[in-house]
Amino acid sequence: MSALLDIRGLSVTFTTAHGGFTAVEGVDLTVEHGEVVAVVGESGSGKSVAMLAVMGLLPWTATVHAERMQFAGRDLQTLGAAARREIIGRDMAMVFQEPMTSLNPCFTVGFQLTETLAAHTKERRAERRRHAARLLAQVGIPEPEARLAAYPHQLSGGMNQRVSIAMAIACRPKLLIADEPTTALDVTIQAQILELLGRLQEESGMALVLITHDMGVVAETAQRVVVQYAGQQVESQNVRQLFRAPRHPYTKALLDALPGRHRGRRLPSIPGVVPGQLDRPGGCLFHPRCGRAEDLCRQRAPSPSAAELGFARCHFPLPPPESQP
Amino acid sequence: MLRFFLTRVGLLAPTFLGVTVVAFIFVRLIPGDPVEVMVGEMGISPERHAELLARLGLDLPLWEQYLRYLGGLFQGDLGVSIVTKQPVLHEFFTLLPATLELSFCAITAAILLGLPLGILAATRQGSAFDHTVMASSLAGYSMPIFWWGPLLIILFSGVLGWTPVSGRISLLYFFEPVTGFMLIDSLLSGEPGAFTSALGHLILPTIVLGTIPMAVIARQTRSAMLEVLGEDYVRTARAKGLPASRVIGLHALRNALIPVVTVIGLQVGVLMAGAVLTETIFSWPGIGKWMVDSIFRRDYPSVQGGLLLIAAIVMLVNLIVDLLYGLINPRIRHRN
Repeated sequence: MSALLDIRGLSVTFTTAHGGFTAVEGVDLTVEHGEVVAVVGESGSGKSVAMLAVMGLLPWTATVHAERMQFAGRDLQTLGAAARREIIGRDMAMVFQEPMTSLNPCFTVGFQLTETLAAHTKERRAERRRHAARLLAQVGIPEPEARLAAYPHQLSGGMNQRVSIAMAIACRPKLLIADEPTTALDVTIQAQILELLGRLQEESGMALVLITHDMGVVAETAQRVVVQYAGQQVESQNVRQLFRAPRHPYTKALLDALPGRHRGRRLPSIPGVVPGQLDRPGGCLFHPRCGRAEDLCRQRAPSPSAAELGFARCHFPLPPPESQP
Repeated sequence: MLRFFLTRVGLLAPTFLGVTVVAFIFVRLIPGDPVEVMVGEMGISPERHAELLARLGLDLPLWEQYLRYLGGLFQGDLGVSIVTKQPVLHEFFTLLPATLELSFCAITAAILLGLPLGILAATRQGSAFDHTVMASSLAGYSMPIFWWGPLLIILFSGVLGWTPVSGRISLLYFFEPVTGFMLIDSLLSGEPGAFTSALGHLILPTIVLGTIPMAVIARQTRSAMLEVLGEDYVRTARAKGLPASRVIGLHALRNALIPVVTVIGLQVGVLMAGAVLTETIFSWPGIGKWMVDSIFRRDYPSVQGGLLLIAAIVMLVNLIVDLLYGLINPRIRHRN
């Protein structure tokens, strides 16, 4: 059986006043049925844009190119708008970062939930309402019947994110993409939402792509990790392997910045920021921020290395920890 | 909601009082007085002039005249027209339907055209269609009514002969007014052709009066839509797999309408001001033309009363719009 989501060489370019800006470049991502994959990277590394391209939600200024972009055996690139609308929201759904702005302030929670059901199922009005209440109960919202009549501004951020999740899983999708679902929430709520996503994934067996910049979140939820930097995929390994033996210096730097893994007085950070449209360096995109950069890194862009090296896009992939002094 | 309503009404009282002062003073600032205007070029002796002014109560000190006027107002008495000797209130409400009919047609046309144009321009931002709509609405907004009206009359009535030049209905038809609204009355009269004639007479004034509100509504709708289309919840709606018509026409529009409704409410003031010019150009027997005539005759009670009642209408409509606002925007409705 082929992979649920199969992306090869995905690039997204935005037309801007200063010419084209490549937000995503050569990203590969394979997600198997029922697999939990984390896509990790700093702000501006093109994580969300790649997933929005898969959903077909980018603005018209974006040009999407891919060698292959398939979902459940269907080519997303040649799919017409109507056929794509049938898939998204039903087989492939997305939860967004900002729960307070991702729900429409003018409509009740019930309206927004039943709307998804009306678009993709043949349920009648009364059935849809019962179904919506069941969904709210499923995502842990107390008094689901009463909450159907609430407006988003009457609920907390955590509750709204639960509603967003209920909306996304309404039609039992094969793939759920969660785009930094906990970033805008309090720490205690973050844990609850992650737990909820994990539980729903286990119960339904759907695949989950979790976009995050938080390595702690990755460790708790994912099976496999894809690390993205400045629009490129720089490493891909399973979680245990990645935490034990990161191969790309960027991945290592991200892990070192985790408070739990670190021993010294000062928490290490990565100097500088992700390059933008006008300051993309030549050679390896990470070299200005990399402590191990050599002349070769400044001159030539590295290609992904072998699978046992985590496909690290680096001229000098890190050795496993045993061999380190 | 009740408190919201009561605060709004409470704010109206001082505004209304302010309008009475302004109306009272402004009309007396115009050079000349009713007696002089009535006499015209015949001339009049100073004694006779003073006697006639005294008969109208205009010899009293200003503050006393104002207090008497205010006292009448509290009893629902807006005074009697110096020229026609009819109660101002009665004159006003006899003429009001003509103005309402014209204003209603103008604002309806402005909304029916302005909203879709604004929405389409926003969804096609930067396209030739967008530029055309924005350029023509700017032109429409800048077009003075006293220029735009005669221009249309010359083209459509003069050159092409498609529309009548002035009035509410052809002189061939005569029937007693029932509602005061010519479109309804002409239908009720049962006379063949009366309705078409009334409709034909409405076309040009409606265009002239509706142009500015339409331009404002189109521009406001476009900018509100542009803002809303970039919102996260619009992306969420698209992520559900909803068709574009529903995403734009329901999810985006419902939010974009909030500022647009406010602007539509404000257009009522624009309509009343525009009606003065439009009615004068098209000899439309409504409030606007009556106000202009009353000013020329220095008919103080009519001008004062007319200004006051027009102000009351504008304030009332804006109050209704404020209440509508709560209906559209649940965040306002639930704020306590």
